[in-house]
Amino acid sequence: MTQPETIAVAMSGGVDSSTVAAMLAQSGNPVVGLTLQLWDQTRLAGKNGIPDAPKAGRCCSLDDVYDARRVAEHLGIPYYVVNQQARFERDVVQPFVDEYLAGRTPIPCSLCNNHLKFDQLLQTARSIGATRIATGHYAINEFDPARNRWILKRPADRAKDQTYFLFGLTQEQLAHTLFPLGSITKPAVRAAARTAGLALSEKPDSQEICFIPGGDYKQFLTAYLEEQGRQIPETAGDLVASDGHVIGHHDGIFNFTVGQRKGLGVSSPSPLYVLNIDPASHRVTVGADEELATRTLRARRLNWISIPSLTGPMRVQIKIRHRHEPAWATLEPASPGAPGLDSETGDSKISPNQEVLATFDEPQRAVTPGQSAVFYDNDEVVGGGWIV
Amino acid sequence: MLRVYMDANATTPLLPEVVEAMRPYWMEHFGNASSIHLHGQQAHAAVNRARETLADFFNCHAAEVVFNSGGTEGDNTALFGLLRPGDHLVTTAIEHSAVLQAAERLAGRGVEVTHIAPQPTGLIDPEAIRQALQPNTRLISVMLANNETGVLQPVETIADIARTAGTFFHIDAVQGAGKVPFDVRRFGCHLCSISAHKVHGPKGIGTMFVRRGTPLDPLLVGGNHERRRRAGTENVPGIVGLAKAIELATQSLEDGTIGRLAQLRDRLEAGILQIPGTGLNGSCEDGAAIPRVANTTNIWFDQLEGEALVIALDLKGVAVSGGSACHSGATEPSHVLMAMGLNKTRARASLRFSLLKTATEADVDYVLKVVPEAVEHLRALSPEVAGTLG
Repeated sequence: MTQPETIAVAMSGGVDSSTVAAMLAQSGNPVVGLTLQLWDQTRLAGKNGIPDAPKAGRCCSLDDVYDARRVAEHLGIPYYVVNQQARFERDVVQPFVDEYLAGRTPIPCSLCNNHLKFDQLLQTARSIGATRIATGHYAINEFDPARNRWILKRPADRAKDQTYFLFGLTQEQLAHTLFPLGSITKPAVRAAARTAGLALSEKPDSQEICFIPGGDYKQFLTAYLEEQGRQIPETAGDLVASDGHVIGHHDGIFNFTVGQRKGLGVSSPSPLYVLNIDPASHRVTVGADEELATRTLRARRLNWISIPSLTGPMRVQIKIRHRHEPAWATLEPASPGAPGLDSETGDSKISPNQEVLATFDEPQRAVTPGQSAVFYDNDEVVGGGWIV
Repeated sequence: MLRVYMDANATTPLLPEVVEAMRPYWMEHFGNASSIHLHGQQAHAAVNRARETLADFFNCHAAEVVFNSGGTEGDNTALFGLLRPGDHLVTTAIEHSAVLQAAERLAGRGVEVTHIAPQPTGLIDPEAIRQALQPNTRLISVMLANNETGVLQPVETIADIARTAGTFFHIDAVQGAGKVPFDVRRFGCHLCSISAHKVHGPKGIGTMFVRRGTPLDPLLVGGNHERRRRAGTENVPGIVGLAKAIELATQSLEDGTIGRLAQLRDRLEAGILQIPGTGLNGSCEDGAAIPRVANTTNIWFDQLEGEALVIALDLKGVAVSGGSACHSGATEPSHVLMAMGLNKTRARASLRFSLLKTATEADVDYVLKVVPEAVEHLRALSPEVAGTLG
C-alpha cells in the first residue's frame, strides 16, 4: 500500500491560499500549512514617517499570520511559521534597495518568487516529509509529454493572472507545485471559501508590496538605509529634455521611474514624462508621452519554461508590466553562446550575461529597466527575463 | 502514531492526583476566600492548607508565601516591586524574558541595569556579579536553573555576595522547582518565584517566597488579599492544584523518580550525540556536562535548520523545542545560547529535549529512532543550508 503524499500549502492568511488549503484538506491528502515569516513589520515602524501600527493585508503582518493559523485550526491541519527573514532581506530587500539606488524599478514579488519563495517552500516541504507544495497563485502548470517539459499557462480567471510574476519557475519547481486555483475564478474561490466555512472569505485582496507599510518606497529606502548605517548615495543631477538641454535639477535618481509624470519638479505647457534614467551621469531625461514609446527591449537573467532555450528568432507576445496587454514581438538571442541545459533537470542554466533582443511590432510605452519582460505564446509562458 | 512529548520545560500535563485535589473547588467549595460565611471559610481553609504545604516546600514561614498568577508575575513583582529610579539591578543575559523585559522597561525609567554574560558552559560566574556591584545596587536577580540548557546556577555563592553587599536577591526558580532539593534559607534569597504548570500543576497559578521585612511594593492593588501583597480574589482551585503538584514533586525527588529521569536523559543525550556533527550545549571543554536539572538536554546539529527539524519531528510525533517563538510563531535563535557564545547558525540549529518525569524507556527508544532519521533526511536535502545565513 502506498501512502498518500503529503502536500505543504503556502498560507499567507489571504482568501486564495486559505481556500487552497481547504480544497486540499477535503481531497484526503495529508496537508501541512506553512507560512514564511519574511519581514518584521515592526522593524522600521515609527521611523522616517512609516506608520507605527501596520495595517492588516500584507503577507508578513501579524494579523495575516493569525488568519492563516485560524484557517489551519479550522481545517484541523498542522501549521507552522517558518522564519525566513534573513534570507528575504538578503535575496529580496537588499536587491530591491540596490536596484532603486541604481535608477531602476524593481519588482520584489518576482524577486521573491524567483529567488526565495518556491525554492524555500519546496526545501522546507521536503525536509518535513512533504513531496509537493501548493500555492494560491492564479496560474496553470501541466506536463506536456510531447515536449517532455512542464508548461506554465495563464489561468481561467484572466483578471487574476499571476503568470507575470512566475516566469522564473524552474522545471523542477513546476513539477512539484500545485496551483489549484488555475482553473477557477475568483468569485468561485470566494464561494468555495464560504462553503468551507472560512471566516475570511470576504477579506479584501492585498495589492501592495508586503514589506513596505503604506506603500511609500522612498520612505522605506530612507528608513532602511538609515537603520543599516548607510547614506543614500548622492545621485542628484540634471533633468534634461530629450534634445539634451538642461531644464532643471533633481535630488536623486531613485525618485524616478520610467513613465513617471508626477513629482518632476519642472513646469511645462504639455505633460512631461521620465524617458530615461542614466545611473552613471545621474541624468534624468524627460519628454512627451509619445517619446516614451520604444520598439525594442533587451532582457537578461533569463529563464525558459516552454522551450529548453532560445536558439533563433521566435514570434511571441511580451508583457512588460503586470497590467500590460501582451504585445507582439520577435525575440532573438542577442549574446554569443546559447545557454546550456542542466542534464539532470532539463532547466536552462540562467546565465547572467545571456541576453535577448525583442523587437515589437508596434512601439510600446514606458519600457522600464528593472521590471520583467515575460514572453507568451498565446496562453503559454515561453520564458522571461529582467529588462536592462 | 506514537506521540512523545519532550517539551516539559514549556509546560507539563496535570497529574491525576492534582485534578482530583482541585475537583471540589470548582463547584462544591466555590467560595471567595475573603467572605465571612461558611463558603468563604471553606475556601480560606483550603488556601491556608496550601500555604502551609508551600511553606514546607520553601522552608519558610506560611506568612512568607504569596500566591500569584505564575512565574512571569513573580519575576515582574520582584523587579517592579523593589527598584526605583536611581537604583541599580544586576541580572544575567540568560534570564527568562519576564526578567529581561521587566529590566528593559525599568531601564527606560531611570533604573541602571547590568547584564552578566554566562561562561561558554552556561554558568554565571559569581565573581562577575560581585564585580558588577555598585553602591546603588539594590537587587540581584538570577535564575536557579536555565530553561534552555538546564544548567544550575551557583545561587548560594551569589547569595553570599548579596548578603555582604547588603542588596536584595531574587531567584527565578521556575525551572528548578521540583527538580532539585529546595530550601530558600540555604539559597539565601529574599524573593523566589515558582510556577505550577512546570511541575504538573495548572496554568495561571504560581507563588513567591517573600522574606519577612522585604519592602516589596505590590504589582496589583485593589484588595487586602495575600496580606496586601497581591490583590485579586484567590484562585482557589489553582492554589490547591499548585500545592498538590508541589507535594508530588517533592515526593518524586525523594523516591528516586528524578534520579531515574536523569539516567533516561543521559541515555537520550548519549544516543543523539552518536549522530556525527552534534554537540552538547552547556558542557565543559572536555564535553563533560556541568550540574544541570535532571530532565533537560540541549544539543546542536551541524548542517541543518533547527526550525525544520522541530517541524519534521512534530510530524513524526516527537514534540521538542528550538529557540524561542517570536510574535508570529516563527523561531528566533535562543538568546541564552547566543549569550553563551554560539553563533547564530549554531544557535538556530540547536534543539532542547526536556523530559517529563513520567517519561519512559520506550519514549527514549522512539526518539532515538526518529531523530537520527530526520537529521539524515534533512542533511541530505540541504547540504549547504547551514552557515549561509547569519
